[in-house]
This record gives sequence, C-alpha cells and structure tokens, in this order.
Amino acid sequence: MSTDLKRRQVVGRGLPLHGNDVDTDRIIPARFLKAVTFAGLGEHAFEDARKVDPEHPFNQKAYQGASVMVVGANFGCGSSREHAPQALLDWGIHALVGVSFGEIFFGNCTTNGMPCVTASPAEVEWLQREVGRRPTEPLTVDVEREEVRFGGRTIKTAIPSGSRNVLVDGSWNTTGVLLEAGAAIESTAQRLPYIRGF
Amino acid sequence: MAQTLLDKVWEAHTVRTLPSGQTQLLIGLHLIHEVTTPQAFDMLKDLKLKVRMPGRTFGTLDHIIPTTSQVRPYADPMAEEMAVHMIRNTSDFGLPLFDLDSGRQGIVHVIGPELGLSQPGMTIACGDSHTSTHGAVGAIAFGIGTSQVRDVLATQCLAMAKPKLRQVRVDGALARGVAAKDVILAIIRQLGVKGGVGYAYEYAGPVIERMTMEERLTLCNMSIEGGARCGYVNPDETTFQYVRGRPYAPAGEAFDRAVTWWKSIASEGDARYDDVARVDGSAIEPVVTWGINPGMSVSVSERIPDPDSAPESDRPTYREALAFMGFAAGQPIKGTKIDVAFVGSCTNGRLSDLRAAAQVAKGHKVAKGVRALIVPGSQQVAKAAEAEGLHDIFKEAGFEWRHAGCSMCLGMNDDKLKGREVSASSSNRNFIGRQGSPTGRTLLMSPAMVVAAAIAGAVADVREILR
Repeated sequence: MSTDLKRRQVVGRGLPLHGNDVDTDRIIPARFLKAVTFAGLGEHAFEDARKVDPEHPFNQKAYQGASVMVVGANFGCGSSREHAPQALLDWGIHALVGVSFGEIFFGNCTTNGMPCVTASPAEVEWLQREVGRRPTEPLTVDVEREEVRFGGRTIKTAIPSGSRNVLVDGSWNTTGVLLEAGAAIESTAQRLPYIRGF
Repeated sequence: MAQTLLDKVWEAHTVRTLPSGQTQLLIGLHLIHEVTTPQAFDMLKDLKLKVRMPGRTFGTLDHIIPTTSQVRPYADPMAEEMAVHMIRNTSDFGLPLFDLDSGRQGIVHVIGPELGLSQPGMTIACGDSHTSTHGAVGAIAFGIGTSQVRDVLATQCLAMAKPKLRQVRVDGALARGVAAKDVILAIIRQLGVKGGVGYAYEYAGPVIERMTMEERLTLCNMSIEGGARCGYVNPDETTFQYVRGRPYAPAGEAFDRAVTWWKSIASEGDARYDDVARVDGSAIEPVVTWGINPGMSVSVSERIPDPDSAPESDRPTYREALAFMGFAAGQPIKGTKIDVAFVGSCTNGRLSDLRAAAQVAKGHKVAKGVRALIVPGSQQVAKAAEAEGLHDIFKEAGFEWRHAGCSMCLGMNDDKLKGREVSASSSNRNFIGRQGSPTGRTLLMSPAMVVAAAIAGAVADVREILR
C-alpha cells in the first residue's frame, strides 16, 4: 500500500467553527445533491450559512487555506449524504477536531481518509479560541498518537480504534480489504436462512 | 450468556474480524435510490467490479421525483439526468428497479417493508440516514454513505464497529390523539439529539408492544434524529402478521419455518444492555417542534422554553433557534401561524398516516392562505388510499393530492417552502433550510396535527377537533 494513503498525522492551519448540532444539510444543502458526481462541491460548502453571516469562518480571509476544522458537539448529524465530507474536502479541509460527530458523517469521513478526532468540550473550546487568535500557526492532528498539538500545548484526543487503525495504516478505502475475504462472504451468506431459503 | 437481537444478528452476519478490529459485516438487503448512488456506480466501473450479489440490491426513485406531472422527460433537467443514470446503472449491473411504471415505486423506506423485502433478522443498508426505519420489523438497519454503497455493491459487506445497545422502554399507555410520531419526538426530547451517538436503540415496553407495524416504522425512522444510527423492535406476532403475504415474504411452509427463526433472533428476557432508558408513555401529549433540530420540541399545550432554562451547553443553540425561527421564549406554540401543511415522507407517508390525516380533514376546510399537500409514500399507498376514498376527503377539504415521493421533506423536487414560510410538517427534520428554502421554517408534528394546523391556519391541538 502506498505511503501517501497513511494518515498518521495531518498538519495544517486551523479553522474554528462554533456551535453544536451542525447538520449535513447545513454543510451542503440538498439542492447541491442534484448531481451525478461529487465534483466542485467545495464552493457550495455552508453556502446558505455563509450568505446570512458575512463573519462565517469560510468567508473570512484569515481562514482561507485552512485544513483542520475545529467543531463542537454532534457535528455532521442528520442526513447520510457523503456530499458533506466531499464538500469539506474539496474546500480544503483534511481533518476535524470536535467534541463529537454524527456517526454516518464520521464513517463517511473515515472512508475518505479524513480523520475526525474528539476532545473534551473544554479543550475544544480552548482550541477554537486559540486557533482564532493565531490562524496562521499550524496545528497538528496526530492520529497515531491520539493527540492534537497547538501553541505549545498537547491535547489528548480519542478516535474509535478501528477507524484509527485504518487511517494510520492507509486501509481506509475499504473495498479492497473487504474483497480479501473471498469466498467467506458467500459462505456466510449461505448460513443465513433467509438467503439459503427457509 | 443471554443475547440481544443486535448480538445475534451481528454474529450471524459476521464474515470475519478485519485487521483494524472492525467487523466485516454481511448486508442481507441493500436498497438504493437515485441521489446517493451514481458516484458509487462510477467507482465500481473504475474498479472494473461487478455487483457481488445482484439479487440482494433493489432500487427505486424517490428523492427527485416530481409529485405533480410525472411525464418523462421531467421538467427539471437535473432530475431527468439523475433518473436516466439510475435506470442505466441498475440495468447495466442487472439490478431490479421499482420505477414509476412498476406500480411499486415509492420512498425507499416505505416500499422495503411494504413489499416484504425488509424482514426480521436481516442486516439492511441504504444510502440514506432514515434506513433505521426498517428496524421496525426486527432488522438491524442503518444509513450509509456513497463509498459504503460502493462497498456493498462490490462485496455485499461493510466494515463496521458494533454499536453499544440502549433499551428504550416506553411504559404506560398512550392517551387519545397521541401518535407514534409524538412518542419518538418525546423520546428524542428526553434523550437528546446526540444521546444515541454510539448506540443502537431497542424500543420496548407496553406502548411499543401495542403499536402496529406502521407505528413502529414511524418510531424507528427517527432513531437517527436521536443520534442512534439504528433502532429496532423485537419481532412478535404483530411483525409476523405484517410480513405474511407480502410479495417478497416467504410463503406457505417456508413462512412457518421463517417465523421459527425470527422468534429465535429476538432479545432474550434476561439479556444485558449497555444502558436502559425509561419513558413515561402515559404522559406524552401531541408534540410540536419549535426549533432547528428535532429535539427542540414541546407538547402542544406548552410554551416555547427560555434558553436560560436549558442545560448550559444547549443555550447557544436554543438562542440561535429562537432567532432563526423568529419566536420568543415563553410564547405558546399553539396558535403559531403556518403557511404550508405537508403530510408525507418516510416518517409519516403510509396508509395509516393518511387515514389519521383524513379523519381530521373530513368535513373541514384548509384555512385561507395555507398551501396544503398530501404526498403518499408509495404508489401502493396512493392506490390503497384512493380505494378508500381518502383522496376525495383531502381534495374536498382543500388539500392537493400528489404522486408518491420524498417531496417537501427535503425539497429536492419542486415542492419547496418559499422565503420565510412556516410549515407544519409530518416529516423528520426541522433543520435550517431543510424544506428547500434557506430561510424557511419547519414545525414537525404528527399527520393528524398537521391537518389540524392546516384547518386552523395555525398550530392547533388535534384533540380538540377529534372531540
């Protein structure tokens, strides 16, 4: 497996996005799902939120080129649309640090090689504040060591072990790994009465 | 050790433990629709792979389908293009598609159970978060993203971590005028929109046991709104009677053998749960949301809460919600003016929902200035409703009677809110912009409550109309 798939750590400038329960409809409104590819979604990321709020971090000059987003609790809840992580990726985000994540969103990020790690509400709040103060300073999301480093401080983070492992070893693009099971897939299916026939 | 349904179904579908520690889980039923699959089929083509088990994937068109004129090509060129892709992809890969001419088209979470495709003991996946719906028949069903749709097409498997399990017990008995929608909204209000993250929900207790299958479908549908990726009800006689005789259900002696297996996969009485939550079903009243997530709700007799009374971490979201909705803390929810009434969606677009709506609509008129539409969840629901004359009751009352589809639940077709309109909606999400207008406002409630609001032109208590 080529090394560039390994996500041991992501280093980049940070972008704080405040608020809890930011749903995937807000990240990418449904009208942009009327497409047969994921291309070009980045320009529509948070489109409606950006229109009503000129101060939205995606509008701010200071955060252009940021690649690590620092978010609140339950970020990415709601719709399963993979267009949400695709829009963030296309905009330039490669890792997220938050209090917690909507589960389907979390899984979609992982299968696209985008680490989502969690920290305590107090530490996330600190990180949002400090990143806001020093937006040009790089932030390190160390997936392997389960920590985030910024401004001389190291914050312990958490990520479910299975997701951590696939990100670190570069096997997050799951199709190949699943295919390796070979005939065990069919034999498992044949043990199920509803597939074998009742 | 005594096992839960989740334990047993998970174990039966485990192909192997992956090097990462995740489970390679076999998916027994894969449902697809036009919005989250075109990219997955392209990935499959790029990888030069076929569909591993073509007999276990079924498709339909629901999200972009117009509910007015369904003459092809559709008026919206993007809707037409997505339909063309879906038809071509399912044909290229040899997958069955319930298109408009099949008589079986409809919202994917309505047609799965309706056709008997969704059965107890299965693992069910679909590129849609409301796949949790199918847990009502005693399946482990969850929403997935497009890359995972590719995985299921290519391997019939997913890489998953087993969730923890919370039993949500609803005790007591429901009062008159209280619907399954009110029960799930009350559960989400109590446990929170992120309370279920990391968990599957097993719904149990006397209120759940007495529910019909369609009520359980409504209940499980909104598990994801409480943060739980899947929710289920143990299979029982209600389940077996519901599944019996459906087109894809086992028939004859095979059905009896199936029932034996279905009974064997239910949770055992002394099984252990990671958590148990109790909800007092007798205390539930008709519920209406006032905010921007489904946990922000009150009983119809209550007032909109003061953010200062909320847990500290929720206060900023409460304030944001009040500002967006243009509501004041302390204002009664009853009497809130509405512009649009929508009955439909995978939450509440089934025959029993339309019956409940018609019962309230009968002999009344939609208030002046209110745009009101009824969108059946499937072609079969529409046909059954028409056979009972429900469409005439609706039309007589001033509702539009539409064709089946997702419609104004997410506004991917022409059915959208305009500007700041306020919608009384039987759908599942009141997120900002959800119903097609970036500034539109959604109040979630049961179908009967939506009709009550349509008649009054404002949020009303359906119990006063039914009296």
